[in-house]
Amino acid sequence: MGSLLSFTILGLFTGAAYAIAASGLVLTYTTTRVFNIAHGAFGMVLAFTFWDFSQRQGLPLWLSLVLVLGVVAPAIGWFIQRFVTRGLGEGPVSVSLVVTVGLFVGLIGLAQFVWPPEPRVVPPFMAASGIQLGSTYVTAHQIITIVLSGVVAIALYALLNRTRVGTAMRASVDNPELLKLFGGRPDTVAALSWAIGISLAALAGILLSPVIGLAYYDLTLLVINAYAAAMLGRLKSLPLTFVGAMGLGILQSFAVAYLPSDGFMSGIRAVVPALFLFVVIVAMPQAQLRIGQVKGIVSAPLPSTPKALGWGAGLLLLVALLAGAMGDADLLLVGTAATYAMVMLSLVLLTGYGGHVSLAQFTFAGVGALAYAKLDEPNLYGLLLSALIAAGVGALVALPVLRLTGLYLALSTLAFGVLMDKMIFQAEFAFGFNGTLQAERMSILGLQVASTAGYVLLMAGFLVAMALALLWMRRGVLGRVLIAMRDSPAACGTLGLDMRWFRVGLFGLSAGMAGLAGGLFAGLRGTIGAADFQFFNSLPLLLLAVVCGVTSVTGATLGGIGLMLLPVLQSSRPELAGLVFAVLGFGAVALGRDPNGLANLLFKLGRWLDAEIGPRVRSRLPVLPGRAQPAELPASGSVDEPLDLDRAAAHELYPPAPAATSPVSPPHQEVPAHAR
Amino acid sequence: MSIPILEICDLHAAYGRIEVLRGVDLKVPKGAVMALLGPNGAGKSTLVKVVSGQKKATSGDIHLGGVHVQNAGSEELARLGLCTVPEGRSVFPNLTVEENLTLMSYAGVPTDAVLETAYSYFPRLAERRNQLAGTMSGGEQQMLAMSRALSSDPALLLLDELSMGLAPLIVDELYDTVAQIAESGVSILCIEQFARTALRVADYAAVMTGGRIVATGEPAEVLETMSDVILGGAA
Amino acid sequence: MLGRSSSRPEGGGRRASRHAAVGGRPLLEVEDVVVQFGGVTAVNEAAFSVDAGRITGLIGPNGAGKTTCFNVITGLQKPTRGRVWLDGRNVTSMPVHRRAHRGIARTFQRLEAFGSLTVRENVRVAFDIHRGITGLVRPVAADIDALLERVGIAAYAAERADSIPTGTARLLELARALAGDPKLLLLDEPSSGLDETETDAFGDLLIELAGEGRAILMVEHDMDLVMRVCDDIHVLDFGSVIASGSPADIRNDPAVQQAYLGYADEADEADQAGEADRGAGAGVAYAESAVETTRTDLQPVGAALGAAPVGAADETTVLPAVPPAPREVNQ
Repeated sequence: MGSLLSFTILGLFTGAAYAIAASGLVLTYTTTRVFNIAHGAFGMVLAFTFWDFSQRQGLPLWLSLVLVLGVVAPAIGWFIQRFVTRGLGEGPVSVSLVVTVGLFVGLIGLAQFVWPPEPRVVPPFMAASGIQLGSTYVTAHQIITIVLSGVVAIALYALLNRTRVGTAMRASVDNPELLKLFGGRPDTVAALSWAIGISLAALAGILLSPVIGLAYYDLTLLVINAYAAAMLGRLKSLPLTFVGAMGLGILQSFAVAYLPSDGFMSGIRAVVPALFLFVVIVAMPQAQLRIGQVKGIVSAPLPSTPKALGWGAGLLLLVALLAGAMGDADLLLVGTAATYAMVMLSLVLLTGYGGHVSLAQFTFAGVGALAYAKLDEPNLYGLLLSALIAAGVGALVALPVLRLTGLYLALSTLAFGVLMDKMIFQAEFAFGFNGTLQAERMSILGLQVASTAGYVLLMAGFLVAMALALLWMRRGVLGRVLIAMRDSPAACGTLGLDMRWFRVGLFGLSAGMAGLAGGLFAGLRGTIGAADFQFFNSLPLLLLAVVCGVTSVTGATLGGIGLMLLPVLQSSRPELAGLVFAVLGFGAVALGRDPNGLANLLFKLGRWLDAEIGPRVRSRLPVLPGRAQPAELPASGSVDEPLDLDRAAAHELYPPAPAATSPVSPPHQEVPAHAR
Repeated sequence: MSIPILEICDLHAAYGRIEVLRGVDLKVPKGAVMALLGPNGAGKSTLVKVVSGQKKATSGDIHLGGVHVQNAGSEELARLGLCTVPEGRSVFPNLTVEENLTLMSYAGVPTDAVLETAYSYFPRLAERRNQLAGTMSGGEQQMLAMSRALSSDPALLLLDELSMGLAPLIVDELYDTVAQIAESGVSILCIEQFARTALRVADYAAVMTGGRIVATGEPAEVLETMSDVILGGAA
Repeated sequence: MLGRSSSRPEGGGRRASRHAAVGGRPLLEVEDVVVQFGGVTAVNEAAFSVDAGRITGLIGPNGAGKTTCFNVITGLQKPTRGRVWLDGRNVTSMPVHRRAHRGIARTFQRLEAFGSLTVRENVRVAFDIHRGITGLVRPVAADIDALLERVGIAAYAAERADSIPTGTARLLELARALAGDPKLLLLDEPSSGLDETETDAFGDLLIELAGEGRAILMVEHDMDLVMRVCDDIHVLDFGSVIASGSPADIRNDPAVQQAYLGYADEADEADQAGEADRGAGAGVAYAESAVETTRTDLQPVGAALGAAPVGAADETTVLPAVPPAPREVNQ
């Protein structure tokens, strides 16, 4: 039974580290309502900092530890609360998710920039010591970790229940306004809980790094384990979080010990935390609809159909010109940009219109590509079938979280991404371990599009068609209901909309769009593998989409080009690779609050130009009959301009009743009374 | 007359485009109890929010003890000696009685002193020190809320609708406490929709309607002249 | 004041109760519902019923649990205990949208209009949802216009819903609720934000809607309106129903007066000696409603509850454009 004991101790050790990280996560979430996706990334960066202090600069171990846990980490936590996440808790969950994903990506980029890849070792604490328990040797580092987790648990309990500031932390969850009237400072309290939370992330990172190594991604993604543990305590109970963390640690350890080390089942070992997270989320109780949501969110203006057609034709023309002029290597990049743009269009639907966040959109593209390659039907039928399969998978991911809301949906996509990455895509029936698959370029109506130029043009055609379809949808019933759902879920529910299934459908549709892009991408490249659809790449995708404007087709197109350029930039200046990520991540942090992004700035610029120069140009043109720019002229720069077609039609058919005949007073009747 | 403890000049405040305070002028003399009366929707609670720093005024001035306190946050004002008991539940329901009292020490009085004062005034709170505040009766919750006013020795006490949701007997009891606090020299501005309870302890009264103060004076006069507005047909 | 529509039955079953109205079970029955938030009991064994074709008022001081009751009935809030029956069917655990399909519609005290859509689109979405997302084959333009016209907001059709006055937005929510042709209409403070004329027109509309056989349950602070249009009234205090009956019954019920007025005259107190067992739940000062709702009816409920409205009521019902100059009696 020696192995059972040793695996239990190993499990307790990892569980203890998870518990430390997870209690920090729970602390920050309960006091500020911001779910910090970047919790693990902070742990990673601070573990690197610890290495820097203790190994590179040679400070004594204890001093480095005190500096990191007592100074650097709390300072970062304070700074983040003060300048980044303050006030995010009351906003829509999609914004706080995007901002913390921005931190996540930015921190990884920062770490790569400051500490370029090279082997680094953080020695375990008291490396030489340990005790012998029967046939099992327990290292001092393991004992220290387990003891520390207990100390953290007790200290947090004492803080929250026995001190005034801890009491204030709990009070500020209930009613920060009242706390202020008491003379307390909710902001200080929040900053303190972030300081402690980040310190705990750092402690967990430092304790784990001797075991799993100083790696950018491994340490960062450990956060998923912390999520899973925290989720067991429903993000509020510290004791349950502790239990969850220990249980997960032991489960993971046993999975390594007792599951077969080859074959399909071996994949499970790597995804135990993701599965755990999935199961816990599914078991969460039904969320109740929130009343008093954020409403009337402004979104980017909707172009009129002729305008959209015009831009679409322009884009096609441009791609056709490029196809004629460029070499195959450059054309591959153009095709890649088109793929990314299509995946981003799927985010426009899901995030921009629907207000949901997917952290694994690339994985859906991967499903589409895999299906396309496996089907081996290089034609329209095969492509559509691939998209349908991806849509089905998307719906399947959303299905278990049918009853839950934004945050949990996003987290379940995260678990799904990891699951696919480590288990499915690597499996023999898929791409195989580090393997690739061949995919043929498709033929349309028997006409094989073999040349890269032709194929890229075809992809551009799909992009334009998808964009037009999306705009058409936005104008119709679906778009209206989506906006309504975003403005007031409670009202939609009481009007009889089954939002659960609607959400599943929306998710499926969005995954299908990504899948279609994936299928086309497979044809473009000819050879694809799991590496093309790594889960992590979904995060920069999301960020670029938000930065460029996730509410508009223009934003998606810009984002697609931007995402294609990222690796190009990175390979041309490898030393700046991390910096690019950092800029993107922190850019998203800065811009995350406005999902209309850069595209909206362009629109504003366009309107400004239109207003400044337009009249002069138009005065020299013959007057065009019919509908001349009804929508864009007013100063509704940031205002949604829905359905100008419908409105125009309605006005023609049913002219609005004159205000005087209405039983209700005319608009703004009370203005005079309030004017002074 | 010495400097009034609270002086409000031409105060305006709005929710969005709807102006709720339309030029409020009010003085509370030092050491006096002022009852602010007025019908539903007159803007009384908004006035409390602006004075206590929970809401920004659009224009106008507020002087607290002669100091101009325009953009101070509510926590700063609280530490300066303004004690606000807002309407409704002004305790933390998921904390115990003792934890609630602990938080009251933020106003500057040590925790032990707060506990002592609260328990000596309201022995019932001592019995329930480990009970969650939210599980107590409304009257007991208001006692807990009043403990803050009692223990912190404020420069000005703002009471918003103390009687809301309480039985008359308990309201009487609470106003006895208010009278006690007043006797110790604390200036009080108490907002009530129902006049008689508040007028029992008030030195002065003001009537607010439509976002303005329409009358001020001694309780008897105000009650007589403005009874229509304040009480409607209720009395 | 307008007379009641003659199509509705007068008398007979004016006394609402949890017992069946004449001719079958009530449309809605709320059975001993309890709602607790943390340690706070918002609704405490509330029990009342609503009959088809009648307007039922749900009144009570602020914080009495009226809106929470609405949330329980529509399914937005799960009750800790108790049951809700619609048409003789237990709907307590039915999801929100399915209750809507069974004929429950509501408006909200804190507005839930779709702010980034126009007024017309708001109603259109309601039709879309009601007829199923795929029901786009059927043109609804005429229906939408008829509804906007009926509620009286046709003039605002093209305005964005977050830019219209509060009162209009409440009517918009009513129009939206009516798109599904509900059997039971729940209105949460529908008249706040309306001026006197608008409130009158609104009252007429309610009577008309009830005349079509709909049950209307209304939370309302404007006692004039309540007394005028309601057939039955339930008074909620501390989460419990302390009185049910016709407007006249309610007006004369000492417990209600006590609950609303908070301060009883000596004479009343003597009358209410027997009420002592109601303990802490006995008296409730009528509290100021949230200023955010921008109420314009300024009179305390007492004015309307008292046998005769006082002369001052006219002055206080409408915000005076120029209020009387402050009278400096002292100082």
